[in-house]
Amino acid sequence: MNWLALVSIVSAAMAVSFGAIGPALAEGRAVAAAMDAIARQPESAGTISRTLFVGLAMIETMAIYCLVIALLLLFANPLLK
Amino acid sequence: MTSPLESAALFHLGPVPITEAVIGTWAIMAVLVAGGMLIRRRLALIPSATQAAFELIVDTVDSQIRDTMRVEPAPYRAFIGTLFAFIFVANWSTLIPGVEPPTAHLETDAALALVVFLAVIWFGIRAGGVGGYLATFASPSPIMIPLNFVESLTRTFSMLVRLFGNVMSGVFMIGIVLSLAGLLVPIPLMALDLLTGAVQAYIFAILAMVFIAGAVGAEQPGADTSSNRTAP
Repeated sequence: MNWLALVSIVSAAMAVSFGAIGPALAEGRAVAAAMDAIARQPESAGTISRTLFVGLAMIETMAIYCLVIALLLLFANPLLK
Repeated sequence: MTSPLESAALFHLGPVPITEAVIGTWAIMAVLVAGGMLIRRRLALIPSATQAAFELIVDTVDSQIRDTMRVEPAPYRAFIGTLFAFIFVANWSTLIPGVEPPTAHLETDAALALVVFLAVIWFGIRAGGVGGYLATFASPSPIMIPLNFVESLTRTFSMLVRLFGNVMSGVFMIGIVLSLAGLLVPIPLMALDLLTGAVQAYIFAILAMVFIAGAVGAEQPGADTSSNRTAP
């Protein structure tokens, strides 16, 4: 195994692991804020949770981008052809 | 392990390679069209249970369009509703054993994102003419023109990667867990995958609405600022 493949594998793992930190923190804050809002105004729980789901999926997309980068490195790396 | 980024051709129709995703797409289209025709054939003023259920779906789409775009939903109902129905059925087609959702392949998502990209231009030109649509690019200030141009391309790309990444990662994870653990272990993951699929279909439709609303309704704020400028 040459060093280029080694670097690709390591950086794929690093992309996923470090890329998951930011979205995890952001999702925690978003859920906390939504909980707070629901506790204050339980009658608007429907709207808040619907918006929360959309927001969470948006945030999660950042982690998904990192996963796509990792898969590109592993499966479609142009340098390893 | 096969790469999730490329799809193998099952057979060739002349020079055109036919992949599994293409067959899945056409099957879903056939199911949706046949279902729509079947429901439409026996419409009644006093609805049956099935008709009431479908009217509920249409009503929900209408109210979502009204909430998000703040316009009458009639011109956008068909496009947004079809987009949501197709992606929803495609994501949930993973329930059928042996079927991989077509949205887990890059080409299907690229086609969907391209459709949204073109629909934004189409609805924008239909609402405000070519000049009105082009004026939306300078909407906060003319300094934003290059940024808005780049954004209209990158947001299409991000829609494509978002849908592809979410659906593909679900399929991929289930594959990995299934190869590591036994028969019944991936079931919670599959349930999560169904939730993700539904939410992603909803988000795709919502984003399409937001982009179209930006292209259609952005001339009102522009008109407001010009009137404000002349007022004092």
